[in-house]
Amino acid sequence: MKIKTTNSTFNIQKIRQDFPILSEKVNGKPLVYMDSGSTAQKPTQVIDAVSNYYQKQNSNIHRGVHHLSQEITIAYEKARATVQNHLNAEVPQEIIFTSGTTDSINLVASSFGRKYINSGDEIIISEMEHHSNILPWQTLCEERGAVLKVIPINDKGELRLDEYKNLLCSKTKIVAITHVSNTLGTINPVKEMIALAHEKNIPVLIDGAQAVPHLKIDVQDLDVDFYCFSGHKLFGPTGVGILYGREKWLNEMPPYKVGGGIIKTVTFKKTEYADLPLKFEAGTPHIEGGIGLAAAIDYINEIGLENIGAYEHELLEYATLKLSAIEGLRIIGTAKEKASVISFVIDEFHPLDIGIILDKQGIAVRTGHHCTQPLMEHFSIPGTIRVSLVFHNTKEEIDVLVNGIQKAIKMLK
Amino acid sequence: MRIAEIENEIIEEFELFGDDWEGKYEHLIDLGKHLPLIEKQYKTDDKLIKGCQSKVWLQSGLKDGKIVFTADSDAIITKGIVALLIRVISNRTAGEILNTKFEFINKIGLIEHLSPTRSNGLISMIKQMKFDAVLLESKA
Repeated sequence: MKIKTTNSTFNIQKIRQDFPILSEKVNGKPLVYMDSGSTAQKPTQVIDAVSNYYQKQNSNIHRGVHHLSQEITIAYEKARATVQNHLNAEVPQEIIFTSGTTDSINLVASSFGRKYINSGDEIIISEMEHHSNILPWQTLCEERGAVLKVIPINDKGELRLDEYKNLLCSKTKIVAITHVSNTLGTINPVKEMIALAHEKNIPVLIDGAQAVPHLKIDVQDLDVDFYCFSGHKLFGPTGVGILYGREKWLNEMPPYKVGGGIIKTVTFKKTEYADLPLKFEAGTPHIEGGIGLAAAIDYINEIGLENIGAYEHELLEYATLKLSAIEGLRIIGTAKEKASVISFVIDEFHPLDIGIILDKQGIAVRTGHHCTQPLMEHFSIPGTIRVSLVFHNTKEEIDVLVNGIQKAIKMLK
Repeated sequence: MRIAEIENEIIEEFELFGDDWEGKYEHLIDLGKHLPLIEKQYKTDDKLIKGCQSKVWLQSGLKDGKIVFTADSDAIITKGIVALLIRVISNRTAGEILNTKFEFINKIGLIEHLSPTRSNGLISMIKQMKFDAVLLESKA
């Protein structure tokens, strides 16, 4: 099947061949992987980059005078530049390698928090945040005597911008919201929300974990202060992530973790820290993770995010149509702007039961509360079944899913 | 019947399905549907064992020197497994309960449901059953 897009090289058959795991069988059935929202599968290009690192490049960065160390330092900094270009960041030192989105958010909450958050200050998050973008702020508020304010959602799963405007005030010190909801798929109007916060000189952090695999991110166009994402959801290795931070903020913020590699001089009286980005990268980093992430970004860009977006939108529409036709199935999250993530419940059936029976048929979906318990409370449900589709999925797989669900309903009735 | 005998009975029951996962799961779902429900007054938060995904309620009591369990779950497949566990260790002494390792679950190909990654509350339920058994017998 060839897909008509702006770039004629988008060939689904070829793309599927790039992902070795897609030819695996699960419970004797061809794997239908629809859980990319949890973690994405890896193309050969990424697997090869990581393998090549260990076979030919392994050495520590920023330390050695020897050949390998110098070569890998150059490669690692090239990976940083790849991320910088991909996000259209102004300078490479605005790109900090972390262990993932959770780590990136914790870095900002801890470091920005220590410097700027005091008793009575307010931090704004939203009702649809992943626990990773709730707990660091909640903990910070408890520590500093600050107050957590929450933007509510409407029943379609969209943020209430009117409420958001009311929450922004002189006490607000930072806004932290997700770009794309991991549970609902909602794409939030972050550019507009950032502009509103900036009118009051309030910085904004965006959790981009679910956005980067689907959308083109331009941090300068968004005018965002902090943007976080994970490598593993972007078809890269696990254990590596990115914090983009505006240079002005990162320069002012204290180090988050301290240790080797982030200093200029150390005496027992005083330590002078290194400049960005090393100031935030204590210890030996996840070197092959950075190399692999750059390979993943190159891979994505070769296909083209525009082509990916168009194809995934087609999948989203097809899946929404097919799933909606199932009797008793209710889609949770019907925002106007959505990424290819669909959450649903079916009658009184427990999502776990549906998930188990789908797994028996080789179909991988996620069930549960998706680390968004406050959101489940809003919809008064214990959890959902979540299907997250990416550009290696096909309409044929959606048909397999729909048949699988029909079978589950028949068995559970 | 001894615990081992009941376990063998269950193994034989499931052997009938061979490789037919559908039959096996339909049987499990059926067992879940027929699990004697916990009486409503006991279905309270203090009887609740929270898994990450499904909830299990466990009520333990003492009858004629034996430990008796009733239970419930909001997920039907979890409930089916609960029914099997109860069939094996309800109406037993604490000593018997403590020594039960539920190896039959592996033999009938359902071990994945007792894995710590399944987060259905069953591992915690087994711990609770053993704990309750010791506590109730010590009080008797």
